[in-house]
Amino acid sequence: MKTPEHLKYTETHEWLGPESDGSYAVGITDHAQQVLGDIVFLELPPVGRRYAQGEACAVIESVKAASDINMPVAGVVVAANEDLSKSPEQVNADAYAAWMFRVKPENAQDIAGLMDATAYAGHAAK
Amino acid sequence: MPKTTPLNAVHRALGARMVDFGGWDMPVNYGSQIEEHHAVRRDAGMFDVSHMLAIDLHGIGARDFLRRTLANNVDRLRTPGRALYSCMLNHTGGVMDDLIVYYFADEFFRVVVNAGRAEVDLAWLESLRERHGAAPELLARRDLAMIAVQGPRARERVWQALPGTRAPTEALPSFHGVQLGELMLARTGYTGEDGFELMLPGACAESFWQQFVSAGVKPCGLGARDTLRLEAGMNLWGQEMDESVSPLDAGLAWTVDLASARDFIGKAALLARAQRRQLLGLVAVERGAVLRSHQKVATAQGEGEITSGSFSPTLARSIALARMPMEVKTGAPAQVSVRGKQLEARVVEPRFVRKGRILVDQR
Repeated sequence: MKTPEHLKYTETHEWLGPESDGSYAVGITDHAQQVLGDIVFLELPPVGRRYAQGEACAVIESVKAASDINMPVAGVVVAANEDLSKSPEQVNADAYAAWMFRVKPENAQDIAGLMDATAYAGHAAK
Repeated sequence: MPKTTPLNAVHRALGARMVDFGGWDMPVNYGSQIEEHHAVRRDAGMFDVSHMLAIDLHGIGARDFLRRTLANNVDRLRTPGRALYSCMLNHTGGVMDDLIVYYFADEFFRVVVNAGRAEVDLAWLESLRERHGAAPELLARRDLAMIAVQGPRARERVWQALPGTRAPTEALPSFHGVQLGELMLARTGYTGEDGFELMLPGACAESFWQQFVSAGVKPCGLGARDTLRLEAGMNLWGQEMDESVSPLDAGLAWTVDLASARDFIGKAALLARAQRRQLLGLVAVERGAVLRSHQKVATAQGEGEITSGSFSPTLARSIALARMPMEVKTGAPAQVSVRGKQLEARVVEPRFVRKGRILVDQR
């Protein structure tokens, strides 16, 4: 299971990573893609919509089941990765390259409250 | 503690993702379920199905006992090795389980039942045995492992791995089995492809598995087994039918012998209650969300419900089996309610892929 050091993590297995424009990319962790199995469908959030922290904002479906993606931090969606929804199997190939959407966070403390790589690795191993 | 098959350590060594499957610790995939699925459609894959239970019936009265117990007609089994798919019904005509029964001799039959139903089935059969005059002995064969090798090249790869099996099985017709010492090979399966199901002493399972791997058979998890059976339009107990569902409403009328004079458990109940629902297939028109069990299906003739749904790797879109009103015809449009939205689907015959070939019109 990979957990890159430069990312932040949620208890519900999303990752959050800084972009050069001040927004943050969001995807699901390597552990999550392993548990879900082959990903076959993504429902992405609309650009411009605001979500609260922890709010369900997207859906990922594997052959096995559908799962909600929860917004790691409160904020507005500034981009959605439409290319990824055309080939969702990229999530299995490299979960940390497969960003689903970008969010502009409202509160810096939301980010500070997320888990680092070490804490997440411990959480996922439970 | 979940139960384990003799191949548990082999699955773990192969890096399988293990899940609890009806109380059994089983591999769901070894990496990619979709690749495993394609291996079975295009070449050969194998499944550990040792969690299923073989029950041997020995002794005088074995045939009579099954005539009374099974909805399909065991009198069709006259040549040794012949197999028959059947439901076992309760007194109200609900499905206790579905199974395959093999005939070897008038005093020796073998039935193979679902893992999750094995204990219920055994108790049920024992209770019937006590009421039956000349009753056969029931022997639960927990000592046997089962490996299903499936795919267009499955048989030749089994023969390559076990050269001694070629001569006795080369001419074996579909739905027949043969016993070779402690090994049983049957030309049966649950994937819609050709192949063998092997039953063998648990102690030999690992060596057989490794020989099949060396012969190019891809290990496949129960995830792929489910998408393969769904594409083949085969029922799964607990999804398409259960103790409250009539086999007639689950698309299994072809397995129920209502024509002969033979009486069997559940027959009176089936005769008293006409078929109310039909099992049909659905294909998602858009490559959108995935159809899943319990989703509601709207049609011009009324509402139905999905019993099994998934992504079909062969069709590269979502498919489902659904219990539908009797008036619905194939070709009709249907709308499936998915997360509050309506997904367009089309009603089709409940068989999507058999022997590598797509059977539904892919408009």
